Amino acid sequence: MATETRRILMDPLIHNNPIALQVLGICSALAVTTGMQTSVVMSAAVVAVIALSNLSVSLLRNMIPTNIRIIVQLTIIASLVIVTDQILKAYVYEISKQLSVFVGLIITNCIIMGRAEAFAMQNPPLKSLIDGIGNGMGYAAILLVVGAAREVFGAGTFWGIPVLPLASEGGWFTPNGLMSLSPGAFFVIGFLIWILRTFRPEQNEAE
Amino acid sequence: MLEDYLNIAVKAIFVENMALTFFLGMCSFLAVSKRVSTAIGLGLAVVFVLTVTVPLNHAINDYLLRPGALGWAHASLTGQDLSFLRFLTFIGTIAATVQIVEMALDRFFPTLHAALGVFLPLIAVNCAILGASLLMVERGLTLPEAAVFGFGSGVGWLLAIAALAGIRERLRYHHIPAGLRGLGITFLLTGLMAIGFLAFGGIQL
Repeated sequence: MATETRRILMDPLIHNNPIALQVLGICSALAVTTGMQTSVVMSAAVVAVIALSNLSVSLLRNMIPTNIRIIVQLTIIASLVIVTDQILKAYVYEISKQLSVFVGLIITNCIIMGRAEAFAMQNPPLKSLIDGIGNGMGYAAILLVVGAAREVFGAGTFWGIPVLPLASEGGWFTPNGLMSLSPGAFFVIGFLIWILRTFRPEQNEAE
Repeated sequence: MLEDYLNIAVKAIFVENMALTFFLGMCSFLAVSKRVSTAIGLGLAVVFVLTVTVPLNHAINDYLLRPGALGWAHASLTGQDLSFLRFLTFIGTIAATVQIVEMALDRFFPTLHAALGVFLPLIAVNCAILGASLLMVERGLTLPEAAVFGFGSGVGWLLAIAALAGIRERLRYHHIPAGLRGLGITFLLTGLMAIGFLAFGGIQL
């Protein structure tokens, strides 16, 4: 049991990463990663929603009629996202303003629907909860790496604290504005996938 | 007046392209862009659904959800604020609209249904659709503006996915490093396209 729990939890981190391998939930991964703070808040929100939605769907799995299951899952997820949104607005208002519509878009994040449909509908609650946390962490891992890269190279700061001395303030580093714009996000994720697949050639796609 | 609408449309199509600037609808954007014909099919379905749902959600928000919106029903309801229900109602409206659109197409335009049919159910969970509705609320557009915005966003998305599919069809004959094949190169391509679209920045009619 212990090894299986470990496998369910750790597998989505690198082996079977939801973003890098399964191409799920990309929208928010790209949009909120302009800085570390937004990435961390978004990751926490997604981990919470995916863990709780997996748990609730799994608890209800024997009561949900098969032909309306998508609507039921969607309703559960949407309610959880509403709660998350209200909590973010109450405690980290500034960051929730920056995240703007992307908190709401957690509803349509395919990782969450995907896990509810593929895992929670067939497995007991505890396992589903762990699977949700694992997949949430896999998503968070990519988000944090991309967020760190974009903030350090785009603004020379990390968590708002200057790490690279800016040329405008007598240092040597000229911020790469492209990193803070949308193309930067595509490039960082593209190269991240390249690196990941170079070390794990079994993930390469045949084309 | 007409200028304003044109401006919103141009802005939604080119300057603030749904896919390339806001990263909306990325899952299907990357998954369904291997062939031009299917990409255009999905793109048309997105245009269609966006044009219907954004104004519809605008009306729902305006008459039911926003603070004080229920004033028309009874004077005592003026103080109510149901805006926390926005996510749930919007996604419900979208799922229902997609279903109705599918049935209506099947009944009245069978040829169009045959072309778009497979894509319609996919669209209910496409974040471009929900994203456009939420952006519309955040920007405080009026009803006609919302309709133009929905249509423009859809056209912009169609343009982006059709262009990406065109490039990917050509790529099949090229030698790409093993680790970049498929997903990796698609991301880099989309990044280059996004740089191209940055050139539209600041255009004002």
